Amino acid sequence: MQVERTSTLEVRTPEDVVKVRQEVRNRTAAVGFSLVDQTKFVTAASEIARNTIDHGGGGHARVETILLAGRRGVRLTFEDEGPGIANIALAMQDGYSTGGGLGMGMPGSKRLSNEFYVESTPGKGTKVTLVRWKSS
Amino acid sequence: MEQIPILKVGRCLLVSIQIDMHDKLALALQDDLTQRLVETRARGVLIDISALDLVDSFIGRMLSNIAAMARVLDAQTVVVGMRPQVAITLVELGLTLTGIQTALDVDRGLALVNRLIDAEGDDGAGGAH
Repeated sequence: MQVERTSTLEVRTPEDVVKVRQEVRNRTAAVGFSLVDQTKFVTAASEIARNTIDHGGGGHARVETILLAGRRGVRLTFEDEGPGIANIALAMQDGYSTGGGLGMGMPGSKRLSNEFYVESTPGKGTKVTLVRWKSS
Repeated sequence: MEQIPILKVGRCLLVSIQIDMHDKLALALQDDLTQRLVETRARGVLIDISALDLVDSFIGRMLSNIAAMARVLDAQTVVVGMRPQVAITLVELGLTLTGIQTALDVDRGLALVNRLIDAEGDDGAGGAH
């Protein structure tokens, strides 16, 4: 896999969430995603960026344009050094929330992505990776 | 300080969200609308989201909260102008906009909100203001 372009953004304030949305919008548009696919991935990014702040105490997001076997996609990596997720399986369930939200950020974002990975170590932090490929 | 304008049109309050709202702004709008409902005794709230290119769970929750608070204050809420790609994404995200009526555009939304108000019966408080 080849990374064609990378940008890193701070994710600490509600305004940063808007900046992440804009960067993902621009990047998916540049890669040639359909309007529906752009909107899906921007929405997924918004959910996870908010989690990074609300649950992770802030962190950063990496937005990459990737190329694999002739297919282009966008990969988002959100990392924080917060308390981590004790039970990832539970966090991935619809309606499960510890933050007073609706509990659909994680499972909903997974549905809006082609690939979705969560790595978390309690006490150390959380890394969430989302990939969406351009539809051929 | 950024603020989203709230206009009184007949018996309704009209809000048109024209910018990508961050969460604090969404919460401020929720508070402002509630305040204005009390001040104006409006019977309806029309929220135009035709300029929004995304509705995530936070904005969705804000819309549901506004509808619920308006209901308690004897007002009906109609959301208008949702873009097709936003609607598709909302469904896949798993968000149901509880308690919210929708219409395609502001004209139809106004007609709907007026029908809803009329169906409730006007107690005379709304029309004269």
